[in-house]
Amino acid sequence: MTAVAEPRARPRRPSALARVRGWLRNPWGKPRFLVFVTWAYILWSIVPVLIAVQFSFNATRSRTVWDSFSTRWYWGDPVDSVWHDPTLRHALIQSFKLAGADVLIAVPLGVLLALGLARWHGRGSGTSNFIMLFPLVTPEIVMGVSLLLVFSELFTFIHTGTLAQILGHVTFSISFVVVIVRGRLFSIGRQYEEAAADLGASPFVALTRVLLPLLTPAIVASAAIVFAISADDFVISQWLSKGGETDTVPIQIYAATRAAPLPSVNAIATIMMVSTLFIVTLGFLTWRFFTRGERLAGKAAEDIGGAFNLT
Amino acid sequence: MYRRWLWPGFASPGIVWLVLLFVVPFYAVLGVALGTVDPILFQPVPIWNPLEWNVGWLAEVFHRLAPGGIWFDVWIRTVVYVAASLALCLLIGYPVAYYTARHAGRWKGLILILIILPLWISYMMRMLAWVNLLQADGYVNRFLMFTHVLSEPRDWLGGNSSTVIFALVYGYIPYLILPLFASLDRIDRSHLEAARDLGASPWSAFRQVTLPLSKTGILGGAVLITLPMFGDYYTPNIVSSSPKTSMIGNQIDLYFHGGPQPTIGAALTIVLAAFLTLLMLYYLRSIHRAQRDVGAVGAL
Repeated sequence: MTAVAEPRARPRRPSALARVRGWLRNPWGKPRFLVFVTWAYILWSIVPVLIAVQFSFNATRSRTVWDSFSTRWYWGDPVDSVWHDPTLRHALIQSFKLAGADVLIAVPLGVLLALGLARWHGRGSGTSNFIMLFPLVTPEIVMGVSLLLVFSELFTFIHTGTLAQILGHVTFSISFVVVIVRGRLFSIGRQYEEAAADLGASPFVALTRVLLPLLTPAIVASAAIVFAISADDFVISQWLSKGGETDTVPIQIYAATRAAPLPSVNAIATIMMVSTLFIVTLGFLTWRFFTRGERLAGKAAEDIGGAFNLT
Repeated sequence: MYRRWLWPGFASPGIVWLVLLFVVPFYAVLGVALGTVDPILFQPVPIWNPLEWNVGWLAEVFHRLAPGGIWFDVWIRTVVYVAASLALCLLIGYPVAYYTARHAGRWKGLILILIILPLWISYMMRMLAWVNLLQADGYVNRFLMFTHVLSEPRDWLGGNSSTVIFALVYGYIPYLILPLFASLDRIDRSHLEAARDLGASPWSAFRQVTLPLSKTGILGGAVLITLPMFGDYYTPNIVSSSPKTSMIGNQIDLYFHGGPQPTIGAALTIVLAAFLTLLMLYYLRSIHRAQRDVGAVGAL
């Protein structure tokens, strides 16, 4: 610790090169170049979106020249506002419908699958684990093509439209739930279940009375994440859409950017973004609420560990 | 008996779902790609028996992708776009992740939230934001004309390769920074202190300790954004929609949305999936090696 942590004498740093050399020499010093890159990156990643939100409140039809504040594109305009344009309204309803159904189906399936994969070590568990991981790395276009073809060539009783879209969304969401819930299962460990078993609980009772309450934060978090990825999804929704009322918000944004969009597209994108951020924040806060005790305990353990390291 | 079947029983609904809607659909692509086409209706006629598979369409796709074929340019362009975007993402992402993991101090929480934030903003929303900014009378052109970089508005959205690469970087970089951050944040500072105490220069400490220890993050993040970028078709469509910037994904999209021959689209999908599987295997091998090397550094 001594050799590096002690402050080095830095009298003058005239050139930028010398400054870069300065932070390289002392990795605990203040790296101005990195500060600049990081904050520039953050501004670059967020400001364009904020400008898009701003133009959703523009009073004129322009998305590039600011006029004055108005809620015209949300509900004021009798024809083209999100509220009055049936295309946009249906897109919003369809997006929420898919995300809601996705959460209701994918979360229970994923939680069960995570529990099964974490505790099952017999024949077939390896293959099942492999199948579960694959959707996470498959590009969406490959998934879109395969689902479209399976519905048109094999499962011909399912037609493109809402049902096919829900099936597709659940398929790519399950693995996210499994990964989140399984991570939580590993961090809980087996001791609580074993304690319950020692006290005479059957595996099922141990599961419902001990494990499920401990898993609640992970279940809530995965529900929020599934909502977000479903609301954000474009490819699967588009490949399995039959057009019209089954087009979701991302599909409408995509279609509009290629035509001549109005600020109402910015408005619908803003509504979607605020809803998703709201749900994700809610999920995050719930997680924090349920795990607050553990965090304090973990912090205390860390502090003790740190104290031991120092001595 | 009950205990033995409890956990597989829990896993079975999810596994059945994934088999029916992930594994079987992939087999359907194989069946169509290796099937035949109805000569009158031009409808695909899938062949489900692997012994009767017809490799004619696959050969046709390889022929088109080979030098001199009609997709050769598209293929090279896809590789160049993805490679350029990946390089730029790493160039911007590594310093950001490095700063956040090592130097952010009390700002760390806030910076992390701001870095994660774009992941929760719809991809289409973020693309729409740039389409607005890059319009002929958008803020980008107005700013560049105000600063006299440009004398007249530039058509950014009319088939510009640089715009497509820029959009790909903007779209995918958050997915790279997060794994990078995680791997850099995990590095035990005592390794660095040891290197410096043993007389390593700051640069060689970075090169020989930090960089190898963050290799799993670099590889993981790279593969996480490379695989979807190879299948991307919407980004070039949104910011350019010109055949001059079309990627492999656009060819697949064309053959299904409007094109008459899903069979060729399915065959191209198979080829793309096979290529990405090779990439994935290479990644798994590199990760394995990197972890072995990290073990060596840890032992030091």
